[in-house]
Amino acid sequence: MGELLRTEKVRKYFGVVSAADDIDLQIGEGVLTSIIGPNGAGKTTLINLLTGNVLVDSGKIFFYNEEITHLPIHKRVKKGICRSFQIMNIFPKLSVFENLQIPVLSLLNQSLSFFKPLRRHTDVNERVEKLLNEIGLTDKKDLAAGTLSHGDQRLLEIGLAMAPEPKLLFLDEPTAGMNPVERVKVLENIRRLSKEKQSTFVIVEHDMDIVFSLSDRIIVLHRGQILADGKPDEIKQNEDVRKVYLGEEIFWEKV
Amino acid sequence: MRLKTFLLGALILFLLALPSFAGKYLLYMTIHILLLSVFALGFNLLLGYTGLLSFGQAGFFAVGAYASAKILLVIPSLLMGTIAGVVAGGIAALILGYLCVRHSRIYFSMLTLCFGMMIYSIAWKWRDVTGGDDGLVGIPRAPFEIPGIFSIDMNSMGNYYYFVLVVSLIAIFILYRIVNSPFGLTLKGIRDSENRVAFAGISIRNYRLLSFTIAGLYAGLAGSFLPPLENTVTPPLAHWTHSAEPVMVTLLGGIHTFSGPIVGTILFYLIKDIIVRFTQYWLIWFGSIVVLLVLVFRGGVVIFFTEKIWPLLKRT
Repeated sequence: MGELLRTEKVRKYFGVVSAADDIDLQIGEGVLTSIIGPNGAGKTTLINLLTGNVLVDSGKIFFYNEEITHLPIHKRVKKGICRSFQIMNIFPKLSVFENLQIPVLSLLNQSLSFFKPLRRHTDVNERVEKLLNEIGLTDKKDLAAGTLSHGDQRLLEIGLAMAPEPKLLFLDEPTAGMNPVERVKVLENIRRLSKEKQSTFVIVEHDMDIVFSLSDRIIVLHRGQILADGKPDEIKQNEDVRKVYLGEEIFWEKV
Repeated sequence: MRLKTFLLGALILFLLALPSFAGKYLLYMTIHILLLSVFALGFNLLLGYTGLLSFGQAGFFAVGAYASAKILLVIPSLLMGTIAGVVAGGIAALILGYLCVRHSRIYFSMLTLCFGMMIYSIAWKWRDVTGGDDGLVGIPRAPFEIPGIFSIDMNSMGNYYYFVLVVSLIAIFILYRIVNSPFGLTLKGIRDSENRVAFAGISIRNYRLLSFTIAGLYAGLAGSFLPPLENTVTPPLAHWTHSAEPVMVTLLGGIHTFSGPIVGTILFYLIKDIIVRFTQYWLIWFGSIVVLLVLVFRGGVVIFFTEKIWPLLKRT
């Protein structure tokens, strides 16, 4: 199992608040990793730093041993890093089909084609159909994305993140606000794709049931630092983690 | 769909037949309508499709007009003048756009306003080249020719009308293909959510710049139609009040439809032409009417008809 991504002393401060405090981290290929931590621990900031939404104050990030610290977002995507957002980020006025066409066109390097009508890009449209099938939105493909239910919009968001076929995919609270049925659908998708080794997933999640049943590895963040890092069983036993989550003791008992 | 094709065909036939029964004034007006349509359609690629409001398009229009005028004063070839206008407008947009597209929203609008006015002051002050406040005068309406192959005289208004009509229709067709292509869809994506498009692996800045440059090419083309028509170009062409024209007609017609700017332009000239017969304070009346229309027809006249009136007609 090779190393996919590595950070060296990555640091980001917002004023005096440390969102990432000299984080050293490695993510291995095919290891389904979850990032957990209390609110404000720096989970989303860490994803922002790794995907290029926010630039680091200091430190370095490597992807396949190549430094990507200062690369803009779109170049990181082309190298194989993509993400979904915690706050909904889709194209509300475009149809579901068109939503997915945008990243697929980019993947197949056809975004700059400016004269040939969209419907004649058959290879693109076939791939979009396949993606629609995977996320289960085939029957809603002609609806404007903004009119979908919250759960369906989340599914579309994940579809958009998967469309560039990234090697490494960050999902920021992928199941937030979903009903149990949709939740299972999404998790099955993640599990299946992870098994097929198409992508390596890194998930930020609050639902401990999901985290402990799904992950190969769990990273616990607290105040911009890695508090604990290991297999689910190890994390469950960890005293520091228990302290941080003291208020949620009951939750832990259940797990 | 079939009805739409039929109506479009009828409109084009009408435009082609126009010189056979219309007087000089009507042809002159129609040329102006075509000119502003092309100008506004290019502008709407920025506003309606890319989500960028530019207040400096008149600058590129003027660059196109002056470039075409300069060429026509030296080489009497209409085609050369048009090409010079398009290329000059595009190059100016490429250079200034490079500085503008790193920003969006109001910051972008203010930058384009500044650069547009900069072009205005150049046209005003650089007397040796632009003729200062006198502008360039005595521009000939040169024949449309390719030496050795053919030459069409442009002195009659009818012939020049056909030239503008055919070039405009080609330009409009190309733009229609652009907005319905992968590139057009990607622009719409940038309008709705920049970040998501970046995470599709697309450089937002380059795509915006390309959109800006295309809008500049169209502004330049529209500008190049003017010197042979009026035989003169003057600095007010670059003024920001002239930039407001495509903004106004596009809002009137609707920014989220392809035909919006064209319909807006036709309304603009109709209203203007009627009001000026009655009062010299036509701008006050015109402004009031535009405000009223924008308030009543939310999203533009075209959307109002396709989404409100058309379904009503269908039902009955």
